[in-house]
Amino acid sequence: MTTTPFEIKAYPEMWAELDMDVPRFDKARLMLGEAYQKTYLSQVNRPAGMAYFDSMIAELHGGRVKELLAAKAEGRPVIGTFCVYIPEEIVLAAGGICVGLCGGSQGSVPDAEKILPRNICPMVKSAFGFKVGRICPYFQAVDFVYGETTCDAKKKCWEILDTLVPTYVMEIPQLKRQRDIDLWLAEVKDFKTKVEEVAGRAISEEDLAAAIKVMNSKRKALQRLNGLRHHNPTPISGKDGLLIEQIAFYDEPVRFTEKVNALCDELEERIKAGVAIPSKNATRVMLAGTPMALPNWKIHNLVEGAGAVIVNEESCIGTRYFKDLIDESATGMEGMLVALTDRYKEIDCSCFTPNDERITQVVKEFRDSKAQGIINYSLQFCHTYNIEEIRIRKACEQEGIPYLFIESDYSAEDLGQLQTRIEAFLEQIGE
Amino acid sequence: MYIGVDLGSRTVKMAVWDGEQLVDHQIAASGFEPHRQAEKMIAAWRAKRVVATGYGRHLAAEHFADAVITEIKAHALGIFNHFPGCTTIVDVGGQDSKVISLDAAGRVMNFQMNDKCAAGTGRFLEIMAASLAYSLDEFGAAALGASREVQINSMCTVFAESEVISMKNRGIPRDHIARAVHGSVADRLAAMLARLGHGETIAFSGGVARNPCMIELLGQRLPGVRVLVPEQPDIIGALGAALHGAGR
Ligand code: SF4
Ligand code: SF4
Repeated sequence: MTTTPFEIKAYPEMWAELDMDVPRFDKARLMLGEAYQKTYLSQVNRPAGMAYFDSMIAELHGGRVKELLAAKAEGRPVIGTFCVYIPEEIVLAAGGICVGLCGGSQGSVPDAEKILPRNICPMVKSAFGFKVGRICPYFQAVDFVYGETTCDAKKKCWEILDTLVPTYVMEIPQLKRQRDIDLWLAEVKDFKTKVEEVAGRAISEEDLAAAIKVMNSKRKALQRLNGLRHHNPTPISGKDGLLIEQIAFYDEPVRFTEKVNALCDELEERIKAGVAIPSKNATRVMLAGTPMALPNWKIHNLVEGAGAVIVNEESCIGTRYFKDLIDESATGMEGMLVALTDRYKEIDCSCFTPNDERITQVVKEFRDSKAQGIINYSLQFCHTYNIEEIRIRKACEQEGIPYLFIESDYSAEDLGQLQTRIEAFLEQIGE
Repeated sequence: MYIGVDLGSRTVKMAVWDGEQLVDHQIAASGFEPHRQAEKMIAAWRAKRVVATGYGRHLAAEHFADAVITEIKAHALGIFNHFPGCTTIVDVGGQDSKVISLDAAGRVMNFQMNDKCAAGTGRFLEIMAASLAYSLDEFGAAALGASREVQINSMCTVFAESEVISMKNRGIPRDHIARAVHGSVADRLAAMLARLGHGETIAFSGGVARNPCMIELLGQRLPGVRVLVPEQPDIIGALGAALHGAGR
């Protein structure tokens, strides 16, 4: 445990150059640092390999931003993203960088509510508020934002966001018939053209093949980490697991892959040595549902604060991001783009209908992770996940899986009630 | 003696169980420091084990309690003691309402709680009673005696209150509005019960179970279901905690 207080490093000059609201952002930085110290650094017996990820948080508002600005200076595109349907390989192939802009903080919600209706998803509000309030360096640094036609909240916000930062919208179909997949492929090709335009160069077959390898390796590393979390007893906390999944959305992919693999080596040693986090008989819980964007650690905090451990996130910031790989045997530009689209269509977001695959996947991940119960988490006002809840609940009833559904936003109002519900759920599993 | 304390949002409840039966119980206002209040209440007894439940349970554990259980489990234990075989519980307390389903052995199988807003809770009834200038007891009695029931549509406390005000201004009699308020809470509870599923008997606990109109209207909304109310509905949580201490 550290004795010096943890601080997220300040870069006021760079922030000013990025036209940020520096005094306000600096306050937010201190608060986040405190929250991180309390939530993360107070954990006991963390793996040594987490030091890298701690440093990624310490440099959240500086180091990584500098790398983005350096890339931009070289003419490489920097693209802000909101969804795991972004074909990252194409951006990488053009020498570009993707950075996830999903918002997980209550702090920026009031900014958004000055413009947007209040009764929409907090993730959309939080992200939007970061731009409006000029309190996110990543948002200020991107060339353009990639939006997509998944849920209504996002789809309609792109129109408003576009007045603040250029927003490119890719159509993601809502069904998965052949004609939808054909449309999807055409959209992928358009996106490639757009990225090439911004990069000022064409993407070659070699570029794309290499980018596919990079992303596959990154996804394999995350799969490996997830597999190790499934070991009973688990060698790493759910909070740390989630943190790594969150950092995956803004870190440099090759370096990130190395660090995750190094951590996995350490976790394998821990498993051999019988290390158990937090203890051998901690109740194992799996989370399913909507993404938990940085710094949304609300549910993990409550569950692990009650002595249980989270061993899997069936979520976009979780397995939906890394469970599928692109077939590397495909050749030729057309062949690779088809293989890429095939991979992306495997993502089972609730925006699709029907979405039976997800129901099966949730049960599969429950079995794989040797969890004892599922907490299904939906952000408030997210219609698709909230409604799909009914089918997940039915499936859990059928399979005899202890199940709890939580709908919540980022505010602290419901913490007391959620704590009671989560503790009661753990009691129920324990009986 | 096994003591259970339920540190709720409005009141602290205590129950003393001697291994066979309930020998004492008390209810007091929570005050600013509910754990101090609870400590005072248990001081007269030499307890083998003190178990805390309710919103203040962790605070109690920091100061004096030997163990904590959630309200959900506490109500399950308390009701199972009164009505073994009854597998559905409705509990409406000061700041939340819950529906719990049990298996035949009294174990919690599933539960639901109201969302974070106050609608459908004791607090909601209090606010509505105040805006109609009734005391809580008058409120339930007036509603029970009303000849007609009008409909309140809003489930949100803030909107429901303005709906009540506009009803007053339209000249709708006070007791009819009182009945409408009770009806809206009963609707909400019935909806929670329908979602979770329920048996042929339902046990009603928590302070609101003292309100005769609530019992009647809930019963009306659940044809064929018998609503059972324990003698001391407000101390069921505390009793459950005491029973837990005794090894139940
Ligand atoms: S939940 Fe759906 S829309 Fe949201 S990030 Fe995930 S895939 Fe995209
Ligand atoms: S959580 Fe739901 S509402 Fe929010 S952005 Fe994702 S799909 Fe849209």
